[in-house]
Amino acid sequence: MSRSTVTTESAPVRLLLIGTAVAFLSLFLLLPLAAVFVEAFRKGWEVFLASLHEEAALDAIKLTLLAAGISVPLNTLFGVSAAWLVTKFKFRGRSLLVSLIDLPFAVSPVIAGLVWVLLFGAKGWFGHWLAEHDIKIIFALPGIVIATVFVTFPFVARELIPLMETQGSDQEEAAVTLGANGWHIFWRVTLPNIKWGLLYGVLLCNARAMGEFGAVSVVSGHISGETNTLPLHVEVLYNEYQFSAAFACATLLAFLALITLSLKTAVEHFTGHSSQNNH
Amino acid sequence: MSISIQSISKSFGAYAALEDISLEVPDGSLTALVGPSGSGKTTLLRIVAGLDFADPGPGKIAFHGEDVIDIPAAKRGVGFVFQHYALFRHMSVAQNIAFGLSVLPGAARPKKTEIRDRVKELLKLVKLEGLDLRRPHELSGGQRQRVALARALAIRPKVLLLDEPFGALDAQVRKDLRRWLRVFHDEIGLTTLFVTHDQEEALELSDQVVVMRNARIEQVGKPQTVYDHPRSPFVYEFLGNVNKLHAGKDVRYVRPHEIDVLFAAEFDPATDSLARVHHLFSAGPIATLTVKLGDGQFLDIELSRRHLAELSLSVGDEVAVRPPPFERGQS
Amino acid sequence: MSKRRVIPGFGLSMGFSITYLSLIILIPLVALFLKAATLGPAEWWFILTSPRMIAAAKLTFGASAAAALVSTVFGLLVTWVLVRYRFPGRRLLDAMVDLPFALPTAVAGITLTAIYAPNGWLGETLAKWGIEAAYSPLGVFIALTFIGFPFVVRTLQPVMEDFGSECEEAAATLGAGRWVIFRRVIFPMFIPALITGFTLAFARAIGEYGSVIFISGNLPMQTEILPLLIVSQLEQFKYEAAAVIAAGMLIVSFVLLFLINLLQRRLSWQNR
Repeated sequence: MSRSTVTTESAPVRLLLIGTAVAFLSLFLLLPLAAVFVEAFRKGWEVFLASLHEEAALDAIKLTLLAAGISVPLNTLFGVSAAWLVTKFKFRGRSLLVSLIDLPFAVSPVIAGLVWVLLFGAKGWFGHWLAEHDIKIIFALPGIVIATVFVTFPFVARELIPLMETQGSDQEEAAVTLGANGWHIFWRVTLPNIKWGLLYGVLLCNARAMGEFGAVSVVSGHISGETNTLPLHVEVLYNEYQFSAAFACATLLAFLALITLSLKTAVEHFTGHSSQNNH
Repeated sequence: MSISIQSISKSFGAYAALEDISLEVPDGSLTALVGPSGSGKTTLLRIVAGLDFADPGPGKIAFHGEDVIDIPAAKRGVGFVFQHYALFRHMSVAQNIAFGLSVLPGAARPKKTEIRDRVKELLKLVKLEGLDLRRPHELSGGQRQRVALARALAIRPKVLLLDEPFGALDAQVRKDLRRWLRVFHDEIGLTTLFVTHDQEEALELSDQVVVMRNARIEQVGKPQTVYDHPRSPFVYEFLGNVNKLHAGKDVRYVRPHEIDVLFAAEFDPATDSLARVHHLFSAGPIATLTVKLGDGQFLDIELSRRHLAELSLSVGDEVAVRPPPFERGQS
Repeated sequence: MSKRRVIPGFGLSMGFSITYLSLIILIPLVALFLKAATLGPAEWWFILTSPRMIAAAKLTFGASAAAALVSTVFGLLVTWVLVRYRFPGRRLLDAMVDLPFALPTAVAGITLTAIYAPNGWLGETLAKWGIEAAYSPLGVFIALTFIGFPFVVRTLQPVMEDFGSECEEAAATLGAGRWVIFRRVIFPMFIPALITGFTLAFARAIGEYGSVIFISGNLPMQTEILPLLIVSQLEQFKYEAAAVIAAGMLIVSFVLLFLINLLQRRLSWQNR
């Protein structure tokens, strides 16, 4: 895309603007990213590898994968269901529902953890009943999962709703006139059309689920080897002044972020669309 | 199979999209629903297909006498061609056409080979042999439309419904496809109802024209009848160019080709009016003449180019114009 | 009343979506407000007007607003450069803008601290000039800017990409210079998107926890943010107080978002 001279700036102005923007992005994107890796290797390869092989680290990785493995499919199911509901049907309260789906974006992760403590914590609404039946939610896996689900709730739905809205319902209606039932319509007509958007939503949801800190930190109890997810493990190491180990574990999460970004770029390349989504 | 529509109404909130519509579509006919946008024609078509629902009430829709209003769209057996075709983008042409057969429940579903043969047959019918592996985005607009048609026909529908079938096509393709569809319809003889906003298309293509306006049917009839004997000023104006002649409180509608032009010397005060040539346009098969009458009204006249040459007129000349004899029923 | 629908799945998707939404979001939030409501107005007043609370609120909302504002300014510049100019590394930078979305907040927190701490990459130099970046309100502001500016870029980018050069060319043929064209023709078109971006960055900043707590130093009355105050109440098992602070925070955030939304609607209506 080339622009005519009347719609662009003179070369010095352009250079100044590019220079400032690049400087800002370097300071706020490239420098932090470099810092993660440099700090991780400050004490050499051995310390780096040892920090990842430590049992607490491995447990934290397992727990993180498990929590994301439960919460991401749940929110994917919800995202597809909610997107189907608000884009294929007109009903009263539709726009209210759309705003409610966005609600968790406006809620602090700490509050997202707090609400579960208030419900299921030792002094919470159901705390007494849970203790009597020996069910642990807070300071245990279920708490971590529900806190993660709360925080990552809107991601898939947010990605699918605008996409399915632009695609309209013509193809689904055509399938209906051809005799297809709901199952056929979803799997054979709708899903192939939204698969990239869905994949992108799931990726974002997963990245956020694995990296969630605030909400999980409130409900986890920081029990090493039991309820520490990887981000919490990073915090523990950092607070114990084991900086290299903390950054070594942080590189895993940074990798996750980079992979998510690359896949995102690849998906955009495939579909030829850039996502307008915000999170 | 005939379609019988009886007292169908449809409202969206306070807005009435259809008011008490009744219509008979004869078996094997090609019927056009024509009207300006917002007249309710697409809504009516969608209700016949089961894609929209009429307001509850005494309304009935019957195919060959069988009431279908409670039959869901998926089981109603209509072939529906959408305005923008609604082809499945991720499927090949063959997969698109086969879709309706492949989603039939187990027992009713034909064997793979049967489906393949049927797809072949349909591709031949719509003259798209050899394109079975293409994706919709690799086809031209006219080809897409024929794929949509083949897909709709694959389920052996009882009736065929087309929503603005030529709306998304270029002018030339549109003309060719229009002629092709007429021949195609005569070959397969399937009762067909189509929506268009283009009066020329409706008149040229159909056996029966249904003119709609403001949620109501304005007139139904054969194209010739509706064109020559419009029942209302609206139909008169909608179905082609027309001159609106004011004489006191009365208005008379005269089509441009119905007016004779004579030399001023041939002026007959009983039937003619004197007028002055205001504008001449003859770059086309038909020449158009605009004349200004004595009372200041303008009149468009269409005549053959040969006739115009015989008159050898130029702007400013005086002529005598003779409208057709007054017909009853007009006002 | 059963309304007929053409596409199947209304009952199923409605049932599942509403149940899930209620269980995961609505009931817990209602429970939060109910818990907060177990305290009377006097106790609410006492908790919400304690000096520590007021200091935390000032810092949270102040730093969030400042960070969102700076994010908006730099977001506009970055988007402009990414959309309108071609230079080596542009695509990489464009892809990287989402890093703060994708990078876990705890990682952002320790990394920014490593950079801005008094013995850190940049902190050392800044300290020589007498600027205390980490463990100060400035640190909170830095973390919140990092978190916030991608919102502005990603909101503005599609609007800027769709903005044809026709209006600019028209303005140029009418004799306007570049700066006048930008200020009077281009910029007004971007205002609604800029406000949306600001709002998103602001809302996210108010609730932000992970990236802030490492760099802020967490000193009560000085560098303690509201989410941290909630956590410290929880650690002392003061559930009610935590609920009151959280409820207050949510109410203020919702009201602010609502007001900004109103403002934006008016502006985008005027722009039509």
